[in-house]
Amino acid sequence: MEELAIKIEHVSKQYRLGTIGGGTLKGDLQSWWARVRGKEDPNSKIGSNQNIKIGERFLALDDINLEVRKGEALGIIGHNGAGKSTLLKLLSRVTAPTEGRILINGRIASMLEVGTGFHPELTGRENVYMNGAILGMTKAEIEKKFDEIVAFAEMEKFIDTPVKRYSSGMYVKLAFAVAAHLDSEIMVMDEVLAVGDMKFQQKCLGRMGDAANEEDRTVLYVSHNMSTIRRLCTRCIVLDHGRLIYNGDVETAIGIYSDCQTKTQYSYDFSQQKRALGVSMNMQFLSLVIHNSPEEVIRSGDQILASIHCKANAAFQNMGIRFEIVAADGSVAGTMLSECMICAEKGQLLDIDVTIDTSHLAPGNYRFDMLAFQRNEFGVEGWCDRVSGAIQLELQKTNDSDLEWLSHYWGHTRFSDITITEVKKNMSPD
Amino acid sequence: MYMNSFTTKENDMNEIEQFTTVITPKTGWLDINLKEVWKYRDLITLFVRRSFVSQYKQTILGPAWAFIQPFLTTIVFTLIFGNIAGLAPGGIPSFVFYFSGTILWTYFSNCLSLTANTFVGNAGIMGKVYYPRLVTPISTVLSQLISFAIQFCFLVAFVLYFALTKQIHPNWWILMTPVLLLQLAMLSMGFGIIISSVTTKYRDLAKLVGFGVQLWMYGSPVAYDMFSMEAFAPGGKWHTLYMCNPVTPIINIFRYGYLGFGSVEWRFYGFGWITTLVFLFFGVILFSRVEKTFMDTV
Repeated sequence: MEELAIKIEHVSKQYRLGTIGGGTLKGDLQSWWARVRGKEDPNSKIGSNQNIKIGERFLALDDINLEVRKGEALGIIGHNGAGKSTLLKLLSRVTAPTEGRILINGRIASMLEVGTGFHPELTGRENVYMNGAILGMTKAEIEKKFDEIVAFAEMEKFIDTPVKRYSSGMYVKLAFAVAAHLDSEIMVMDEVLAVGDMKFQQKCLGRMGDAANEEDRTVLYVSHNMSTIRRLCTRCIVLDHGRLIYNGDVETAIGIYSDCQTKTQYSYDFSQQKRALGVSMNMQFLSLVIHNSPEEVIRSGDQILASIHCKANAAFQNMGIRFEIVAADGSVAGTMLSECMICAEKGQLLDIDVTIDTSHLAPGNYRFDMLAFQRNEFGVEGWCDRVSGAIQLELQKTNDSDLEWLSHYWGHTRFSDITITEVKKNMSPD
Repeated sequence: MYMNSFTTKENDMNEIEQFTTVITPKTGWLDINLKEVWKYRDLITLFVRRSFVSQYKQTILGPAWAFIQPFLTTIVFTLIFGNIAGLAPGGIPSFVFYFSGTILWTYFSNCLSLTANTFVGNAGIMGKVYYPRLVTPISTVLSQLISFAIQFCFLVAFVLYFALTKQIHPNWWILMTPVLLLQLAMLSMGFGIIISSVTTKYRDLAKLVGFGVQLWMYGSPVAYDMFSMEAFAPGGKWHTLYMCNPVTPIINIFRYGYLGFGSVEWRFYGFGWITTLVFLFFGVILFSRVEKTFMDTV
């Protein structure tokens, strides 16, 4: 059995919505006195009963079970409010769970916010000691690591200046350096890399990778930046509304998170979809149907035949259609344009048949956002309508023996194949 | 694992032993982790240093401010309560009488109001990182001791001057100084962390602290001489009640030692210690209880 670093058992964390208590001592005393006498709480809302009171409670984390092995780099992703930060707060013991138990093996260095405990009046040197001590290092340990920390932060020149004179970048660099050099078995990080320049971010990522791979430390990393998750993490969990919905390999997790994991759909209805502001709605998309046979998988290079059903709310000329293609990791894979040639009178219903050529699209899952646009005489574009997720597409390899497409190294575009015109063969001169 | 059979329970215990930290929802009332506070002693040192250094950064006079404040207060007390109202004792210089009371009171009230703010004032840092929360009030009490030490040096100088001019008569009771200070620190911290624990939810009490400390001062022999007040002096109508204030015997013994003034009443001093220990004990329990989840309510 491999050694566990963290074991989370049935952990829930409950918060109460709204203000806590009556807000004042008087309010709570009133409620308490009313309860003692068996009367109605004067501070409760009229008509509220027990059931609604229970509804006022909110589970930020709901029965989480998780095991993290030693030396693992675990990514935690999820939308805002999914419970990521709450989980980290529980792990770093800032607050306690409502139910369940967390077992931790080793010291935790949490970097929920870098520079915690930096005092503006103290010098960089003094703050390094301060920060290290807050993170649980003893003075002797910090002394041993001091030069390394300063060198990592590239701060040799400024270390005896009060940190209030530092730029925000310098501040963060120094703080990260302290946290990253702490001899802890477990590192917990929440979006620490959102600050600092590119070069330093790369350095930090490298440092965290070393921590996990070479020093056998456990790293827990929360981020909305999928490329850093991909670079750093060996496993990934997805949280959604307080529940753990996926636990496994990084690519699948990212797919689930970015909502692009769905199979190809063949018909779509846009009449209920909310449109963004700034679209004129001169032409309105109503629905879309794909005519390819659902029995056959769509492969990279296939033609997709589709009909777009739409309505002209005003007369227009020279309308074009555009597909913005978003890949499963949330990045834009590319865009397809049509000729600007659609014209219509007010009130007409249009069926536009289109052919979509997928030959330059690498295998993978894609979401097509569809736009109708017009161009005026100055070349400025006006949007008529825009629907997101007009097509959800799962594109298979051209043939099963084809190379597995590694989109995070190769991108989402497969350009035309290289034509090898001739292979000359000569004997080598020696 | 949640079955009650003996063997599974034992397995569970074995499993827990493999881990260094166990985080559970609520703990018993007596779950106080003083060992961990000791582990973080370097942090206490640094906190003490930080608050002292940062307090006087960018001031010209620096730590001299620690002396100037009680010095000015003493002058005001001497003029208003001593000379105008005539509340100072006769026979000894009223300046040194007021100065000795003021520095003790300054230490006590500063510690009390600062530790009372532990949770609310440090919510920012405590919301980000874990360390034993008791570290903060302990370091507050210790860092105030530095200011007290500066003031105390001046007191010694004044006492020496007046003793050499035969106006006051210091005696061996001055050896009680460390014990008195320890008690004052424990008392103020006990009260402070109780207030701090309660104010995480209700801020009402925080509003009261400043006012309450002021009132408390008038209930202690700081600005006047209790022995020349008929009701408070030994044998007086309110004497017993007055002496129940644990700060009063401390100030009295302090003044008796350095000025040779007043009297020492053991039974009230002993009672003061009991009060101190009860409050500190209760405070630490309440504090440990609140520290786990105060971030959710603060």
